[in-house]
Amino acid sequence: MDDGTWAQFTSLFSEFDVVGAFWVNIQLTFFAGVLALVLGTALAVMRISPVPSLRWAGSTYVTLLRNTPLTIIIVFCVLGLWGQLGIQLSQDFQTNFFRLAVLGLAVYHAAFVCEALRSGVNTVPVGQAEAARAIGLGFGAAARLVILPQAFRGAVAPLGNVLIALTKNSTVAAAGSVAEASGLMKTMIEFRPDVILLIFFTFALGFVIIVVPLGLATTSLSRRWAVAR
Amino acid sequence: MGGGTVNETVLFDAAGPRTRRRMVWINVAATLVVIAIGVWALARLGANGQLEPSLWTVFLTPDPWVDYLLPGLVGTLRAAGIAIVTSAVFGLVFGLGRLSAAAWVRAVCGTVVEFFRAVPVLLMMIFFWLGLAQLRFFEPSDLPLVAVVLALTLYNGSVFAELVRSGVHSLPRGQREAALAVGLGRGQSLRLVEVPQALIAMLPAIASQLVVILKDTALGYIITYPELLDAARRLGSSQGNILQSLVVAALIFIVINYALTRLAGLLAGRVGRRTAGRARAEAPSLVVSTGR
Repeated sequence: MDDGTWAQFTSLFSEFDVVGAFWVNIQLTFFAGVLALVLGTALAVMRISPVPSLRWAGSTYVTLLRNTPLTIIIVFCVLGLWGQLGIQLSQDFQTNFFRLAVLGLAVYHAAFVCEALRSGVNTVPVGQAEAARAIGLGFGAAARLVILPQAFRGAVAPLGNVLIALTKNSTVAAAGSVAEASGLMKTMIEFRPDVILLIFFTFALGFVIIVVPLGLATTSLSRRWAVAR
Repeated sequence: MGGGTVNETVLFDAAGPRTRRRMVWINVAATLVVIAIGVWALARLGANGQLEPSLWTVFLTPDPWVDYLLPGLVGTLRAAGIAIVTSAVFGLVFGLGRLSAAAWVRAVCGTVVEFFRAVPVLLMMIFFWLGLAQLRFFEPSDLPLVAVVLALTLYNGSVFAELVRSGVHSLPRGQREAALAVGLGRGQSLRLVEVPQALIAMLPAIASQLVVILKDTALGYIITYPELLDAARRLGSSQGNILQSLVVAALIFIVINYALTRLAGLLAGRVGRRTAGRARAEAPSLVVSTGR
């Protein structure tokens, strides 16, 4: 790359706020991640609870949401919830789209958080639950003191995968009119089609830089926290 | 999961009379909460005139299906079908590449696979859509399909490559040793003994990945590929029932994906005996080459 191209490249990136666009994706990921973790944990508790109606509601939710494309959910949030039902999450136009996208991302990924936690429960040997019951703990106490602490440690790796998927899926918010990285990439390529490869690899690298450390961190955490058996 | 791990029923004892009475109450309360949420949603829909029967009954007539939904579904299935075949080829080539004896082949294939698993599919779709337009190699009308298939292939092919690799790694060492002992070379052992067993063990995970491919075709909506979501949206704006159309489109996806998921579960139960590897129903995690 000669100096002229490099100058064009830097001017292109001073003209467009690439870091700002990625910041939107990180915010989407953070807020949707927290919401999905809360909702997903509630769903997981429902699915392992002794109450049949709660179990049914939990598994129905997971089956429905997990099998729907995220794009439909985001489009539904904008065109359905906001456009048809008039559900507005903010007076500000942009903030409203942002929050609707967070809602869509959260309800979709909550189903996967629930499955990750359940797979964590599956790593706990049956003897643990039997021992807990043998010393007289009920469902609540056994779950809180014996099963869930081990289950969370066993669920770190699958939860990390959900977080990575959520980070990448935050780009789908583009379908809900949120100005984020994939939308900016499109605008930049349309503006400067001659440096399309440079633009694509910059954005791709941005995601690699976010996603790869996440993967490494959750892998090492899941190893450090693994319950020795 | 096999025996010996907690499943939902061992978490609590068989209920005695007092617990059973209490359970009935909790059950009733929980049911009421679920019903209340449903009623609230219906009231909200009704207040906005979304329960108007004509908005829903139009789906009982053939027109929206013939004019919009079925062509859309064909578009979705076409993209998914092509992407499944190309991903399988990509996955087999790069999976074998990651098992190659040559270190540089392993390194190149590993980098490619890890890269495409870390980049959002939508980013790749937009890139191919706009980039291939510049090459003027494809008909402009074919561009969205090509972009959707390419992006899905690179991502899901990389996942398949990981499946092949981790499948081979999870086989007992005796399989390769036996193959070498009867005089097969390393490549022959891979092709004739290890990969076939790895693929059978990974069949359930492959079936689950088909659900991912099918769902991700909906991203094509963003780059103007005429698939099911796009069809539902156009139907909705022509009939004034966008909410209902999106729900129906989602239901179509749910039915197909649910069937695929059940198939994956069924396969996991069936194939166990035909391989030395352990059948798993999930794709391997995104882990940066840990050299397992």
